[in-house]
Amino acid sequence: MSEDIKRFMYINRRAPHGTIYAWESLEVVLIGAAFDQDVSLAFFDDGVYQLLKSQDTSGIETKNFSPTYSALGDYDVTKLYVEQESLEERGLTLDDLMDLKWEDEDDDWAEKDSIRLVSRAELKEVLEQQDIVFSF
Amino acid sequence: MSTLHTVNKSPYEKNSVGSCLAHANSGSSILFYEDAVYATIKGASIEQLVTGTEGVKLYALGADLKARGITDDKLIDGIEIVDYAGFVDLAAEHERVQAWV
Repeated sequence: MSEDIKRFMYINRRAPHGTIYAWESLEVVLIGAAFDQDVSLAFFDDGVYQLLKSQDTSGIETKNFSPTYSALGDYDVTKLYVEQESLEERGLTLDDLMDLKWEDEDDDWAEKDSIRLVSRAELKEVLEQQDIVFSF
Repeated sequence: MSTLHTVNKSPYEKNSVGSCLAHANSGSSILFYEDAVYATIKGASIEQLVTGTEGVKLYALGADLKARGITDDKLIDGIEIVDYAGFVDLAAEHERVQAWV
């Protein structure tokens, strides 16, 4: 780890299957994970739909990329900020989302939650702390 | 006389769902497909808008619900799920199809 680690934020505001944005974001996150930066993802507005459980695209004949979110922890992508207000507006709660975990090597490989439920006010602060912001 | 309205955009991303609901006459039908199926989740801020249309039958495309993880327990009461063949039947049964793109 060098001292010029930058804070990378990937903003996800689109629903997953109607457009390519969500999948493209995931691809870029996975590529970016190779560069040892401090990575965070934010899910708000329609972006919260990307993390819904039980997505099954067999009927629409597209790739189901939703299981890939559970692999993010293995790439040290462990901070997924989800906005509470966006869930509420859409009739959703944290229980409707995938249970995403990562293993903390500095804490005897303890399993920890990747999803951090935050208020809109808290998310604003998180976004202010970033060096580089990618929008999808 | 009767129209099948088809909508495929997220209600939070564009106003297609809102405008469609506002312009649908009694006796017509609305089919939500692709990202418009997000309009069918109960408990959402737009639920009253969706259920507030008198005499309009509401349908959602099953494959698009399934793809998005919208299980039956999440659906607003009274919304009928159709498959692709059902989509075709609806188009044939109505006098015209109006797409809200």
